[in-house]
Amino acid sequence: MAEYKKADGMIDWLDQRLAVKKLMKVMMTEYWIPKNINFLWAMGVVLVVLFKILIISGIFLLMYYKPDINSAFDSVNYTIMQEVEYGWLWRHVHGVAASAIFLIIYIHMFTGIYYGSYKKGREIIWLTGMALFGIFSAEAFSGYMLPWGQMSYWAAQVITNLFGGIPVIGEALVIWIRGDFLVADATLTRFFMLHVLLLPLAIILLIAVHFYALRFPHVNNQDAEEFDFDKEAKKYLDGKTKESKVVPFWPVFLSKDFFVVGVFLTVFFYLVCYHYDFAMDPINFEPANNMKTPAHIYPEWYFLWSYEVLRGFFFDIGGVAAMDIGLAAFGFANVIFMILPFLDRNPYHVAPAHQRPLFKYWFWILVLDMIVLTVYGKLPPTGNNAWVGFYAALTFIVLFIALPIITKMEAKCQGGDK
Amino acid sequence: MREFKILGVVLFFTALIYWGVEPFAHSQMHPHVDPADFAFKDLGATDKKGDAAKGAENFMAAGCIGCHGVSSQGLVAPMDNAAASVAFGVVPPDLSTAGTLYDKNFLIALIKEPTKALKVEHKFSEAKPHPMVQFFGLGGDINQEVADIVAYLQSIAPKDIDNKKVFEDACQRCHDMKYDKVFSTSQKDALKAYMGTTPPDLSMMIRAKSKDYLSTFINNPQKQLAGTSMPRVGLTEVSQNKVIAYMEKVGDRKKAERDDLGYKLIAYMALFTLLAYLWKVKIWKKVH
Repeated sequence: MAEYKKADGMIDWLDQRLAVKKLMKVMMTEYWIPKNINFLWAMGVVLVVLFKILIISGIFLLMYYKPDINSAFDSVNYTIMQEVEYGWLWRHVHGVAASAIFLIIYIHMFTGIYYGSYKKGREIIWLTGMALFGIFSAEAFSGYMLPWGQMSYWAAQVITNLFGGIPVIGEALVIWIRGDFLVADATLTRFFMLHVLLLPLAIILLIAVHFYALRFPHVNNQDAEEFDFDKEAKKYLDGKTKESKVVPFWPVFLSKDFFVVGVFLTVFFYLVCYHYDFAMDPINFEPANNMKTPAHIYPEWYFLWSYEVLRGFFFDIGGVAAMDIGLAAFGFANVIFMILPFLDRNPYHVAPAHQRPLFKYWFWILVLDMIVLTVYGKLPPTGNNAWVGFYAALTFIVLFIALPIITKMEAKCQGGDK
Repeated sequence: MREFKILGVVLFFTALIYWGVEPFAHSQMHPHVDPADFAFKDLGATDKKGDAAKGAENFMAAGCIGCHGVSSQGLVAPMDNAAASVAFGVVPPDLSTAGTLYDKNFLIALIKEPTKALKVEHKFSEAKPHPMVQFFGLGGDINQEVADIVAYLQSIAPKDIDNKKVFEDACQRCHDMKYDKVFSTSQKDALKAYMGTTPPDLSMMIRAKSKDYLSTFINNPQKQLAGTSMPRVGLTEVSQNKVIAYMEKVGDRKKAERDDLGYKLIAYMALFTLLAYLWKVKIWKKVH
């Protein structure tokens, strides 16, 4: 048993029991981050801040929300928005943060792709990150259902119906997910449980693993330079702070992040108070009505690209029904990012995209294609729109089929194929 | 500088996506319609000058009070709301305020040919007549007679009506405003059978539809929603704005608070950002 002495202060008292000084070193003051980074490296902390905002605002909303199809809409739009002091603020904050977090997730994700931060020891970071993307998607979808507005209902109807396309078990699966033959009270209540309990728990757990996975391969830098972290850390601790290639997480790295978070939150509160329609679709302020199908059904903006991959295949090909091709493509789109580290056949060469002769074109074509998919995912799928959607969806799939080939070619010409 | 270049790229793509899924997509999904026409040009304008005294006589002679009440003049509607709902599908309006709420030319056209003014010709026919009987005249110049009736309605109507009262007199026969504990005067079953669907509660409609949409929709529902069973009600611009103001008061009660708090939140975060920037510069001086 350790020896306990009379503590010379609060910190010392805690240190003897919890080793807080050591903990602070490991987690903060001697957790080393490369110095050669730009503001894109702050997105992780922005995401943490947004997730905290979502949890805190969610807790306040939870105090008044009623997960029952007869009272859900009014508990949100009357009780929370009008009766409760600043209830509107929590709801607007929650709604806008839910949308904004996806923008930052996409920036974070494409930063990782651009700088090659998903390979050579960083695969688990990527995998947990994409798992987080998946669970955040489920979290967003289940949350969108809760106000029980028109789009809550119809999006739930359309999306749960997709599972019906799975061979053999599809039909039974849809009923199992809904808890009823139709999207109904049982559906709302179980999605409420998922939204406030199971999914947030899974997210918190995955975030912990995501952070932990970062400790061994270390954070990448904007030139993908590899160096000895221990040597650079020693330089820093020896006082050669300007010469060292690393900085401690606290206070140096976080001081920059706080600034970036500040800029972001300034814009965020502008959106919360004055420009929220992009995140809180007006159509969802109409109560759910199963007799009245909205003229246009579309998901929130962050799901549009994969929705368009689903919709893009609008005609039967070689005897296979359009719906089945679409579903297969949709499934492809939702798992393909996950296995990106294994599709890149140039696994030992980490470099930012602009230093990769073929990958750089692949990257920017992917970005543009996903933007086209996103925009056309919202437009009515008629006439030319349907064809643009078809070719954009096809391009998306071809891009990922081509990725192993072009990265292999790259590896060969760089002589890095080991 | 590299960071600004990267920021430029991120902002460009963010703005492109925003433009694509919001203004552009909405312009494609909801085609632009002409602004509201408060002159009701399609109904024409009368050149007759109405005489309110004559109009009062015509009003009684034409049998308007067979269905309508004019409570401000002590004329009670012949049926109560329940009976009127069953008889007509919807409770006929009390006409005390009609002269101010509705446009003069609209009222004239309405009395002469209800389905045309209301733009509900697609719903009614000779086999299924509109509950409001067309005025065929009292034997004289029908245009003069109608002009007199409208002059009479204008003479008895109060000049200034508050927002909620406009809603009650113009909309509440069909629509609820349950967040203000206002419910339709017509019975729900009869109303649903008459309209084909239960007219929506309007409590949150101000958030569901933009002011621009409401302005053109209320003025002429067919323009935004072809085939809808909601009639054109013929509100003047002033009255329509009062209805929208009332809808905003009920459905977006915290708007003033939101507008006011926004500045403070933004100012707070701007100050935080400034301090964070100064701190960052101080810290990074030691490492760069």
